[in-house]
Amino acid sequence: MVKDQASEKQNIYKLLEQVCDPEIPVLSILDLGIVRDVILKENLLEIVITPTYTGCPAMDMIEVEIKAILQGNGYEKTIVKTILSPAWTTDWLTESGKEKLLAYGIVPPKGKAKGKRALFADADEIACPQCNSENTEMISQFGSTACKAQYRCKDCQEPFDYFKCH
Amino acid sequence: MDTSFAYILHLADNALILGQRLSEWCGHGPILEQDMAMTNISLDLVGQSRSLFQLAGELEGKGRSEDDLAFMRVEIDYKNCLLAEQPNGDFAKTILRQFFYDAFSFHNYTALLQSSNEQVRAIAEKSLKEVTYHLKWSSEWVIRLVDGTEESLLRMKTALLELWTFTGELYTPVDYEIKAAESGLGVDFDKIKTLWLEEVNKVFDMAGIKVPVGGWMQKGGKKGIHTEHLGFLLADMQYLQRTYPGQKW
Repeated sequence: MVKDQASEKQNIYKLLEQVCDPEIPVLSILDLGIVRDVILKENLLEIVITPTYTGCPAMDMIEVEIKAILQGNGYEKTIVKTILSPAWTTDWLTESGKEKLLAYGIVPPKGKAKGKRALFADADEIACPQCNSENTEMISQFGSTACKAQYRCKDCQEPFDYFKCH
Repeated sequence: MDTSFAYILHLADNALILGQRLSEWCGHGPILEQDMAMTNISLDLVGQSRSLFQLAGELEGKGRSEDDLAFMRVEIDYKNCLLAEQPNGDFAKTILRQFFYDAFSFHNYTALLQSSNEQVRAIAEKSLKEVTYHLKWSSEWVIRLVDGTEESLLRMKTALLELWTFTGELYTPVDYEIKAAESGLGVDFDKIKTLWLEEVNKVFDMAGIKVPVGGWMQKGGKKGIHTEHLGFLLADMQYLQRTYPGQKW
């Protein structure tokens, strides 16, 4: 029985792999590290997720998609539970997720999430995803979505997104 | 009214009302990057308010949803600080309002990491990561604008005159906050006051401006006695749910 449950869980994770972040469609929710647990109970499947940011508008859609794919594969009673603690961190992004981000043109977070209280601190040195130049500058801590900062390459002049450490 | 419900509702209202105010900048920011910064911060605040409204609804136990609490209450039921509802004014006023609030929110959430309520601790842990970015952003802008041009300094001084009177309410507790502090749910306001003043003084010193001495401090928002601005804000924010109750995306 234990072995059966393990393989069933693996199957569920494979289904969850197909659910993507609607704003960064190259990333699955597993790549993002927002799936915190899969709990199999009698006649009930519980998926535990955590938001990247409290106001992330993708969360409602992700919940709908998780339910749709699982219900479409025989898990009719699926509930999605959202937890806030421990708080999501970019340290949970998978390595393959980081590679996918870079290939998509978004620079993945560099290093570990750490405190950000120092005022006017030097921005992280980020290489341009287009030309690999390190001659870049941060334009703003806040980008097109809550999880990204805006950068600009001073060599090829292209602006780009950086998935900031959080 | 249950005091723990009132306390959490007050925190939720602060975040929602300031988030709504900031969202008014969408498409009107002085430059694109700062327009996006303000709307990013707005989104974080609305997100935090959602978590808090959900908890408030559970504590109340009358089945009210986050949307019921946000869209179906009138001014007198809102418990946000007067600072949060003040109009945006120019960019300087928005920055200073944000800085005063962020400095409070940062230390308030830090203290709430020790709350007796597990869900409050979780919301505080999550929100603190976001507010840390906000405080850094608003602190840096206070310094830039005070230490910028004659015009930017003049605008910051004007903003300070207009907003200072609303800051005392941040750290002056009302009955439900005193009870929340006693029960371990809330925070010790003597400590918050000290930390808030230290934070503001630190950034003002770097900028080269002084906090006003003395002066009358307004209060009332936490008890539902608001400035005239809140009604207009709610009329705008609640219009759709008032006109089409229960309408969904």
